[in-house]
Amino acid sequence: MDFVLFFLTAAIALAGAIAMLVARNAIHSALFLLLNFGAIAVLFLLLQSPFLFTIQLSIYAGAIMVLFLFVVMLLGAEQVEAAQDKLPWQQPLALVMGAGLLVIAVITAVRGGSNDAPPGGEAAEAFGDPASLGELLFTEYLLPFQITGIILLVAVIGVVVLNQQRTQAQSEETPGERPSSSVQP
Amino acid sequence: MVPTTFYVLLSAALFTIGVLGVLIRRNAIVVFMSVELMLNAANLALVAYARERLAVDGQVLVFFVITVAAAEVAVGLALLVAIFKSKRTADIDEVSMLRG
Repeated sequence: MDFVLFFLTAAIALAGAIAMLVARNAIHSALFLLLNFGAIAVLFLLLQSPFLFTIQLSIYAGAIMVLFLFVVMLLGAEQVEAAQDKLPWQQPLALVMGAGLLVIAVITAVRGGSNDAPPGGEAAEAFGDPASLGELLFTEYLLPFQITGIILLVAVIGVVVLNQQRTQAQSEETPGERPSSSVQP
Repeated sequence: MVPTTFYVLLSAALFTIGVLGVLIRRNAIVVFMSVELMLNAANLALVAYARERLAVDGQVLVFFVITVAAAEVAVGLALLVAIFKSKRTADIDEVSMLRG
């Protein structure tokens, strides 16, 4: 049963990722990525991580993908790759290097991973409990947890600064002009 | 129980697809999505090893990765909107002002 569920979910995840890679329309890419995130969330559940399943769905599949879709629709940047590719030699080179990376990663995965069954007993039953994760988060990893809060604060401030309304002098120039021209005499 | 190696192999495949997305695609938004895919692949490997060793530390690390990814997406997309406002394109080949 576990194997059937794993292979089904893994196939969906791979199909979503490949479809995201080849889709011409950025909105289709975003929706295929959403499928991939959902599949990975199910894999988290298979790996006895119900808490990560929840935040994967709420943060990745919820918040982040909505942000992506919103920006794609806001910019109207669904298809920007219609123009001729300026670096035609780059694509086959990327495929070759990607294949090389895959070979290296597979060799590492096969050599590094053990096929032993996980240890059972009392520790296995308590594993993945959100309470134990929270306990670790607020004791051993308290400092990184607080730094996470600062990172989020800096991100919020950064987004506000980046997208704030321009001042009066800058907004008078034509939209196509480069912003740096406003400081020249 | 599915062996950890299967999960890590899937993670490797997903990571490679993400790398290919960054290298091949020219739409900056799709490049961002590929970065997210790579982060997710790394998360999957972390969770798989955490289950194998019964160490919750791996799951805590995934929690941090997801938080940083959320911050990164917010800032990255804000940068993208700012670039789009000045250059009128999301094609990364067109954004080459810093080239020497």
